[in-house]
Amino acid sequence: MTKITMRTYSYAFLLPAGIIYFVFYLLPTILSFFFSMTRWTLMDWDFIGFDNYVTFFSETALSIGFRNTIVYAVVTCVLKVVLGLLLGAFLTSGIMFKSYLRSVIFFPTLLSTIAVGIAFSMMMHPSQGMINTSLAALGIAGPDWLGNTKIALLSVAFVDVWKGVGIATVIYIAGITAIPQEYYEALKIDGGSSRDAFWHITVPLSRPAMNSVIILAFIGGLRSFDLIWAMTKGGPGFTTDLIASIIYKQYQAGFYGLATAGNVILFICVSLLAFPLYKFLTRSEVHL
Amino acid sequence: MSKGMIEGLSSGIRKEISQDWSEGISKRARQFVIGAVSLVLSTLIFWVPFYFVIINSFKNQAESAEMSMAWPSSFHIIANYKAVLTASENMLIRAFYNSTLLTVLSIAILVVVSAMSGFVLQRREGGKASSTINFLILAGLMIPPAIVPTIWVLDSIGLFKTMTGITLVEVALHFPFAAILYKAFVATLPREIDESAMIDGCGGTRLFFNIIFPLLRPVTSTIVVLTSIAVFNDFVNPLYFFPGADNATVQLTLYNFMSRFTTSWNLLFADIVLISIPPLILFIFFNKKIVAGMTAGAVKG
Repeated sequence: MTKITMRTYSYAFLLPAGIIYFVFYLLPTILSFFFSMTRWTLMDWDFIGFDNYVTFFSETALSIGFRNTIVYAVVTCVLKVVLGLLLGAFLTSGIMFKSYLRSVIFFPTLLSTIAVGIAFSMMMHPSQGMINTSLAALGIAGPDWLGNTKIALLSVAFVDVWKGVGIATVIYIAGITAIPQEYYEALKIDGGSSRDAFWHITVPLSRPAMNSVIILAFIGGLRSFDLIWAMTKGGPGFTTDLIASIIYKQYQAGFYGLATAGNVILFICVSLLAFPLYKFLTRSEVHL
Repeated sequence: MSKGMIEGLSSGIRKEISQDWSEGISKRARQFVIGAVSLVLSTLIFWVPFYFVIINSFKNQAESAEMSMAWPSSFHIIANYKAVLTASENMLIRAFYNSTLLTVLSIAILVVVSAMSGFVLQRREGGKASSTINFLILAGLMIPPAIVPTIWVLDSIGLFKTMTGITLVEVALHFPFAAILYKAFVATLPREIDESAMIDGCGGTRLFFNIIFPLLRPVTSTIVVLTSIAVFNDFVNPLYFFPGADNATVQLTLYNFMSRFTTSWNLLFADIVLISIPPLILFIFFNKKIVAGMTAGAVKG
């Protein structure tokens, strides 16, 4: 049997994918560690040690990207985890128009991020935008959503949640519908309320779904680029720059070594934050 | 049993039934109200942006510059859409061609190579190399690609700014997700299929292409739908790896028009509407498939 297995399930089957994956993903990733320590023109490089990293963290225009990326990832992740859970629980209860609501919430995830970004930046225009004119009609003076340095990043994060909460919701729905109905019946017999059902059955038993949402949303937040680029291009100034948008700016400016250092920092962020988070979450998972 | 007791009991039952009834009605009324409220809310939150984009793509330049929700005073549908399609020497038409070609090519390659890998990886699960390979695949799901080194690699082998280059990058970046889905699905195919095929004299290659690959169809269609939306909507990778006016993909036209049409929002909106149509069509036909694919990997963890 082993002999047949060896021949039948030949590792040669892995070669086409393996070569493509290695050349166009793994190799550049490995190379990035070296090139992040160079002054690089694509033709030629000078080895300069950790200078690019020092630059990255000493110049505020660059280091702010690091801070913003963490803030952005945490804010979008928390909102998606919480709103997704509420929407998921709501859409698995006995309400009407369920499948319609599910489709409406889910559809934006399939739209182009750039398109969504452009549409929302129009609606967030400080004087003419739909959001502020509606608020004005109610007698509220809306802020300059994308021009105010204090809230611009959060405005973009809000649009990110608008677009991405659909995935979180459908993952929760799948998780919640997998919970055996007996638990709810038992709770009902014991006289528990629907609030008890939510806190003591739905929340703990949809943990696997919640973990997936946390990981997906957090990593997605760390890697985010399209939306910030379509809406603010990192501005005003560089107050909403994320690591990914700094990589692009440095690349455009021809600082290839520095751009690559940004990539390595992103790599390290994901490895240091997301992998342990993944380990931690899957360890504390409740088993049915 | 006395008559009184029976009467008391039956009236009790009747009372209970009617209570159940009214409770049922009030419960249903409540559910209806909640449903209606959420219908209104979801319309406000999700439909208003769509309405905003579509209605502004019908306006003339001056009215669209007001960025309002108002009904247009006159419709310029054909003129606007024609203008956006022919702008910059038919850039959008070329972009649709490029994006379609990129999507079709990368999915064709992705499906074949990931199915092959998923098959062997599942059948050899627990072998020496499998944990290393699994780790590398998992890393690919999480860690973003290193941009400039990828450009350097593409440039060194003469594939920078080429359709072949961007296609292979898309395949590499979508490979982890596709391989994991295939691997999970192969686990549901009994090994007896392989064994009986081998007894009939099939080699590994024939076993895979003639027997296994057709059985993978449900997962293949999920991957085709999900990846085509992802590649069609991809902005970052064409931006970096496929630059140049001739190479425009649909997402890049938005980006180009954004800087060029700063005064013609109506045309920008028309572009948004046009490039949102393909995902919309896929959504209408494959709604269930898309949702199932996105949750399949996630819930199992």
